[in-house]
Amino acid sequence: MKPRHTPETPTPPVGPDTTAQVGQPYKTFLPIVTNGPAEPTPPPATKRLVIDPLTRIEGHLRIEAQIENGVVTDAWSCTMSFRGLELILKGRDPRDAWVFLQRVCGVCTTVHALASLRAVENALGISIPDSARIVRNLLAGSQMVHDHLIHFYHLHGPDWIDVPAALSADPAATAALQRSISPWPNNTSAYFDTVKTRLGGLVGSGQLGLFANGYWGHPAYKLSPEANLLMTAHYLEALTWQQDAVKIHALLGGKNPHPQTYMVGGMAIPLDPNGSTAINNTMVAALRDLMTRVQTFVEQVFLPDVLMVGAAYKDWAGIGAGAGHLLAVGDYPGRDGTLWLPSGVITDRNIGDVANLDQARITEEVARSWYDDSAPLHPSGGVTAPRYTGPTPPFDTLDVSAKYSYGKAPRYGGIPMEVGPLARMLVAYGRSNPTVRSAMDGALGHLGLNPGQLFSALGRIVARAVETKLLAAQLPVWLGELEENMRSGNLSMLDSSRWDPQTWPASAEGFGFTEAPRGALGHWIKIEGGKIANYQAVVPSTWNGSPRDGQGLRGPWEQALVGTPVADPARPVEILRVVHSYDPCMACAVHIVDPKTGETTSIKVR
Amino acid sequence: MPSETPNLDERLERHGISRRRFLAFCGAMAGALALPRATYASAVSAAFETRLAARQRPPLVWIEFQDCTGDTESFLRSNDPAIVDVLFDVISLNYHETLMVPAGADATRSLEDTLAQYPGQYICVVEGAIPMGAGGAYCLIGGRSALSIAQEVIAGAAVTIAAGACSVDGGLPGALPNPTGAVGVAQAVPGVRNLINLPGCPVNGVNLMAVLVYYLTNGSPPPLDSQRRPQSLYGRRIHQHCPRRENDEVRFYGDINHRNGGCLEELGCKGPITYANCYRKNWNGDTSWPIGAGALCIGCTNAHFWDTMTPFFAGGEVDD
Repeated sequence: MKPRHTPETPTPPVGPDTTAQVGQPYKTFLPIVTNGPAEPTPPPATKRLVIDPLTRIEGHLRIEAQIENGVVTDAWSCTMSFRGLELILKGRDPRDAWVFLQRVCGVCTTVHALASLRAVENALGISIPDSARIVRNLLAGSQMVHDHLIHFYHLHGPDWIDVPAALSADPAATAALQRSISPWPNNTSAYFDTVKTRLGGLVGSGQLGLFANGYWGHPAYKLSPEANLLMTAHYLEALTWQQDAVKIHALLGGKNPHPQTYMVGGMAIPLDPNGSTAINNTMVAALRDLMTRVQTFVEQVFLPDVLMVGAAYKDWAGIGAGAGHLLAVGDYPGRDGTLWLPSGVITDRNIGDVANLDQARITEEVARSWYDDSAPLHPSGGVTAPRYTGPTPPFDTLDVSAKYSYGKAPRYGGIPMEVGPLARMLVAYGRSNPTVRSAMDGALGHLGLNPGQLFSALGRIVARAVETKLLAAQLPVWLGELEENMRSGNLSMLDSSRWDPQTWPASAEGFGFTEAPRGALGHWIKIEGGKIANYQAVVPSTWNGSPRDGQGLRGPWEQALVGTPVADPARPVEILRVVHSYDPCMACAVHIVDPKTGETTSIKVR
Repeated sequence: MPSETPNLDERLERHGISRRRFLAFCGAMAGALALPRATYASAVSAAFETRLAARQRPPLVWIEFQDCTGDTESFLRSNDPAIVDVLFDVISLNYHETLMVPAGADATRSLEDTLAQYPGQYICVVEGAIPMGAGGAYCLIGGRSALSIAQEVIAGAAVTIAAGACSVDGGLPGALPNPTGAVGVAQAVPGVRNLINLPGCPVNGVNLMAVLVYYLTNGSPPPLDSQRRPQSLYGRRIHQHCPRRENDEVRFYGDINHRNGGCLEELGCKGPITYANCYRKNWNGDTSWPIGAGALCIGCTNAHFWDTMTPFFAGGEVDD
């Protein structure tokens, strides 16, 4: 297996007279770049762009990019914060680990709790009861749906929607557009007139708040005024929708973010059709109602919007290809252990040839990361010692020829892999999963794309939408399984046979996988004497946002940016489109554990 | 563009909110702060009408450091979005890296402009801990350390709200052995004027909303305790107000008492030593709360709870 990437070439020196600073530290310069007119400023031959903070993501990301003749020729992904949960976890009770790890991220809340529980349960040989399995699927699945929606409308949306341009829309034509793409009932001229008036009030106030200093009027925006108004309306509607959607978590988890009803061995929340404080008949009815509303919004708003936006931006099916290698760990175990979304590995964009995942081939490298040097190591035996060697703040640019990120570089058999919805959908597609195949083919047919074009910024959006549709339809099915258990008296939610540390071996190791919204997540734990001796996580945005490795291979975002056109380096909306298409999450990406050296074990994953 | 300044009723109508619903919201805000409902509702209405008539809205600057964005999510997921809209008719959210449209220098410009145009007038919310180690290099934004940004932004704020455990006392990054030297606002920037601490992991978004509304209504923070926490939010012990308190003890998870509102104290619930208003079942639109769902309270509003409340589960037996 040969990596498709070409190792980086040395960066030509960039003179200060040709350097545009986007995102220079405030107070150290006067801003050179301002939000100028719609016409692109003619770019000099070579520019170094710095985008920091890269906003509308979780956490602190910096992108440095080199632009030549209107095209990105090289890019560096720099993760800029470190919390050091590794040292914090050492010596603590493994039954507490999920509570700590859940706080790795509050946006994709719960996914780290799940991976941690699975790692501890794997180490201790615990099988959770069937009803706990279902409730965990419901928590993780509803999280995925919620997260994908928020990403599309609130994080990625402003890259494609020119919000102020909606002010020139005709509300009646917008209503007609809405009726032409969906049966969604908010489709009257009066409704869109209200939204337009509200937007007008905001713009007219001169205080644009979150919308100030956007790249409005940029020629890369292609939606009609009516489509912009429709999408602005749905930006607002999605804020309301998501508040309802998280009530699934509140009911099953006690609260959101950071639902609290997990336990090593199952779930703390009890199941009893007639219990007054249990998952009972009343709660199941409430969950079913919430799931129906979730699914209706996904089917009638989200999917039609993605197809409408996608049709306007079809050229983005050719931009932002990235690594071309995909990895999925799979998730949502059924009663027999089969994963509803399968695991697998695709290399060199060969969708027809999905290899089985062998987690022993995962390594992490720190050649270009702010850690003490070490060889590529499997996570179960990794060594992590943070050592910041970048410039003393405040600074303008990083020396990207040296170490430049708190993110490590995960590799699979030495190859950088993309993880996330695209990986999951194409692995399932390649494995001929009929549900995924039919839904993906439907979306591709609508947009007139072929599966190969999914390796792109637009492809990630389409894959994320299809996955959302399938999951939203699956949640009620899983709820039905839970009802079945309730009816048949299969009420156990917790296997406590291994709760007491005295039942544990002196030393145990395990790992747990889950598919977070942003991609494959793995936790590895080592327990000694009833305490955490080692903990290691390999996280989606660590894969996708990885810096160079020891061979100089770019990480997926870095690779995806190469070749991206940038019409106006002062307003690099195209760079935001490519990076946001991966849905970055930097709190997750930063290496969270600092294990002491341990022997590498080889564990095969089906 | 409409340039008139509509009154509250007109503004509410434009958002599809009835006066009755707005009053219900004021009631909820009063409830969170344990204030008399009717008088507080009229105070909020009057203040909001005055603010709506003002030419400019005071800005809100929300800065994030070593965080998980959970406090932002809590705020977004816990409040009636239509009401959030109304809030943003009276204030202007000018800087929030997770939500704002511009990036890089253009995002920074939004912050710089706010600091320059509204000195001493903007509201600052801080989410996440501030690392003091490695010369500030454990959290870098725009090439600057979290500490230097916090110092500059907080210095010009009318009021600073530390939202969530991390910005109150360092939270999770600050748990022992605190590898990055993570601390909260009070320690990183001593002597902050009008600092309000809202611990919790995350802070309940309803409580944050209630504090914002109180500040906008009264122009000052609600009465604070010695740790600068609003007394009405953090003055009551969960156990004393817990609906499970009077019921028979749960002996193990899933037993008949667990399924029917039994007290979780024997399992290790931290409700008896935790002061917070979660017992109002006020998470996610008054949907539930951890103890209500059968989980232990982990005491997340307690100081340094990752060290003082752990191990979370070892206290109780889970089976007999």
